[in-house]
Amino acid sequence: MTWETVIGLEIHTQLKTKSKIFSGASTEFGAKANTQACAVDLGFPGVLPVLNKEAVRMALRFGLAVNATINKHSIFARKNYFYPDLPKGYQISQFEIPIVGNGAIDIPLDNGEKKMVGITRAHLEEDAGKSIHDLYDDYTAIDLNRAGTPLLEIVSDPDMSNAKEAVAYAKKIHALVQYIDICDGNMQEGSFRCDANVSVRRAGEGLGTRAEIKNINSFKFLEKAINLEVERQIDILEDGGSVAQETRLYDSIKNETRSMRSKEEANDYRYFPDPDLLPVVIDDELLKEIKDRLPELPTEKKARFIDKLGLSEYDAENLTSQKAMADYYEIIIDKGADVKLSANWVMGELSASLNKNQIDIQDSPISASELFNLISRITDNTISGKIAKDVFRLMWDEKRSVDEIIKDQGLEQMTDVGALESSH
Amino acid sequence: MMMHNLSVAALIKGLKNKDFSSVELTQHYLNRINKSKLNAFISVTENLALAQANEADLKIAKGDNTPLTGIPYAHKDIFCTKGVKTSAGSKMLDSFISPYDATLSHKFNSENMVMLGKTNMDEFAMGSSNENSYYGPVKNPWNLKKIPGGSSGGSAAAVASRIAPFATGTDTGGSIRQPASLCGITGLKPTYGRVSRYGMIAYASSLDQAGPMTQTAEDAAIVLNAMAGFDNKDSTSAAKETPDYTNQLTNSLDGLKIGLPKEFFSSGLDEGVEKVVMHAIKEYESMGAKIQEVSLPNSMHAIPTYYIVAPCECSSNLSRFDGVRYGYRCEDPKDLDDLYLRSRSEGFGKEVKRRIMIGAYALSAGYYDAYYLKAQKVRQLISEDFKKAFQSVDVIMGPVAPTPAFDLGSVKDPVSMYLADIYTLSVNLAGLPGMSIPAGFSKELPVGLQLIGNHWSEELLLNTAHQFQLKTDWHTSSPIEL
Repeated sequence: MTWETVIGLEIHTQLKTKSKIFSGASTEFGAKANTQACAVDLGFPGVLPVLNKEAVRMALRFGLAVNATINKHSIFARKNYFYPDLPKGYQISQFEIPIVGNGAIDIPLDNGEKKMVGITRAHLEEDAGKSIHDLYDDYTAIDLNRAGTPLLEIVSDPDMSNAKEAVAYAKKIHALVQYIDICDGNMQEGSFRCDANVSVRRAGEGLGTRAEIKNINSFKFLEKAINLEVERQIDILEDGGSVAQETRLYDSIKNETRSMRSKEEANDYRYFPDPDLLPVVIDDELLKEIKDRLPELPTEKKARFIDKLGLSEYDAENLTSQKAMADYYEIIIDKGADVKLSANWVMGELSASLNKNQIDIQDSPISASELFNLISRITDNTISGKIAKDVFRLMWDEKRSVDEIIKDQGLEQMTDVGALESSH
Repeated sequence: MMMHNLSVAALIKGLKNKDFSSVELTQHYLNRINKSKLNAFISVTENLALAQANEADLKIAKGDNTPLTGIPYAHKDIFCTKGVKTSAGSKMLDSFISPYDATLSHKFNSENMVMLGKTNMDEFAMGSSNENSYYGPVKNPWNLKKIPGGSSGGSAAAVASRIAPFATGTDTGGSIRQPASLCGITGLKPTYGRVSRYGMIAYASSLDQAGPMTQTAEDAAIVLNAMAGFDNKDSTSAAKETPDYTNQLTNSLDGLKIGLPKEFFSSGLDEGVEKVVMHAIKEYESMGAKIQEVSLPNSMHAIPTYYIVAPCECSSNLSRFDGVRYGYRCEDPKDLDDLYLRSRSEGFGKEVKRRIMIGAYALSAGYYDAYYLKAQKVRQLISEDFKKAFQSVDVIMGPVAPTPAFDLGSVKDPVSMYLADIYTLSVNLAGLPGMSIPAGFSKELPVGLQLIGNHWSEELLLNTAHQFQLKTDWHTSSPIEL
């Protein structure tokens, strides 16, 4: 029996606005609990929301970047449910008419081809506060600093057919939101969160019942959670059972998904247009202005790397997969380093070391200009490529400059007569 | 001293001429409030009032004042007032001291006006008799056995009994106009969006609007000047210039076209009320106004429409009262569900719970289209009726309420109570300005005349009311009861 998997993702991206989506309170991460929530965020009697225009502009940036339909007249709605970290008893979100409609994005497949994944919609909403269940024995602690932080929820079409594709899509979106500078992409801090809708079906049959998996905060966990869920569903079906439509929680410590609530237990959110907010009206002028100011998108950058720099499709895809990596690479080649050699160093030695030590490229112990210096010493024949790898290790471990290391270790290739003489 | 019979306009002159100080004036009203048997106030803020009056006198002495500086007023207990209990007439908020000022409170404070206290009201502004207050019903000063109307019953009774020179009110379906009519004072509900709703505890956000409750139309214009204006904290407030509302109070009504909606004069209207209203219309005719019949065919749907829209919004607006962060919390909750269930069951009164349940039901999956969406469509039709009528007339007039004040405790069935707002609801649904002005008496109880204007026509409405008050003295009658 062959099984097919159908996956759709809902990605919550926290927008990088300075203040919250409906209040003037700061969105800074990591402040003392409940110090960044004003009367509006706390849901005091009588307070009213006022839309942060910057959040709208960020949502439009995303919409334009995925060639989506922009709804020129979108509506905020209230999603009603009770929870202690939801001060008003409703979340302001968009329901029937989101600001961003249908769009699409290409993802790279393992076989080197690409696949287009549809984006159903992206809508603006406010984040809830945080419930902390493990701080006290008998109580749940609530931190409302996050309440009212702007989110753009990006909903994909159910276009992915395995965990790898889902990860590739999530990484694409992750890179894109950083390229267009609307989200810091920090998954540990919860700035970028994925929920996965997963179902399986026998080849050629109609869609199976889906389960939604929540609480996935890394790409690694996304892949694991989906694979676990696919296995679980296939096991059920092969045993003659049926999959329940439910929300499941991924537990990364036990490496399992478990039921959070069934469809029957699901809330009826009683959505209706928020009477405190006017419809969001987007005019052509604003759209044009935002479009004109969009930075180079990853697809454009990739095309440029291929056309102008002569990089291979593979190298260009790889280097542009993260904005920070592309930036790093461009600093090196802007200084005049060899394009292909630089690509090899960034994707090879540097990426391997970063991955091994789980360091983001922006925090690399070797800066782009340091790596440029190293590459220059290779191209000017001061050292060989093989020696350069040793120098790289020392640069990484001892945080010293290329020339210092070359000098101290006496690593110059003896091609310079003058240097040979003066070293006496 | 009879200064309590003076209008705000006269009190402004008195303060200016140093006939009395703000402290003297404030003390005089506080003394009257202390003697009052009406239960018009939930909180009397005596110390604060005297401190504010003292500061106002200093400002006046320095010449650093506005016309309303030092004028005392009563504030409906639905407006948040920093450091002062703000209850909305509910047990739920009996312990709630607001940490911030409503925009309206802030505006009044910045003019150094003097808040005497917070007035009684139907819980969360839901009611037409003031019997839905956690703090007990307010009594009608014209007859203590009667209701004062609602939900701004405390404010209406306070102004009528001259224990406050003016009061603030809010009107979601008639809550300024109906008690104004039943207590014999002037009440104005401005166009939706004219006065900021920030800090005014929401009942039904798309209908709620604050306005002045005063002795005279001139006072209403003076007070509206201090209330109106765009507020960047309220997205639904209008970014529209505010005129000086006292500017147009001298225009002649010669040629004014007044429309009488035939649907407002059908069965169900008390004969005595109809007589008063028709008499007032005659008065307008004698001032040169032209009277014609208009039709508002969808006004008959106003009650069912309102009782879907308002409960839907309130079911969501009142979700924040959950016992978690402020307000009433039940004793010893055994878990989260128990905390929510009991805090809300015990903290809210019967009518509030009824409306929350109606609203939650109407918004639930499977019913939304049949109720909420349908009601929105009818609401649109009601608006269009008015739009059409205002193509041929300047002002629409009719009764405010079908009967004069009824006996406390006499209306037990909620649907019969809802009928009390039959002539006022459609104005809120259409977002229009409306007024009630004293027009006479039926069975020794005051009866108001309702004036309805097109959007943003407050100046015209106020002058239309003012000209009537120049010719009549119903607005100067005050009850003997305090």
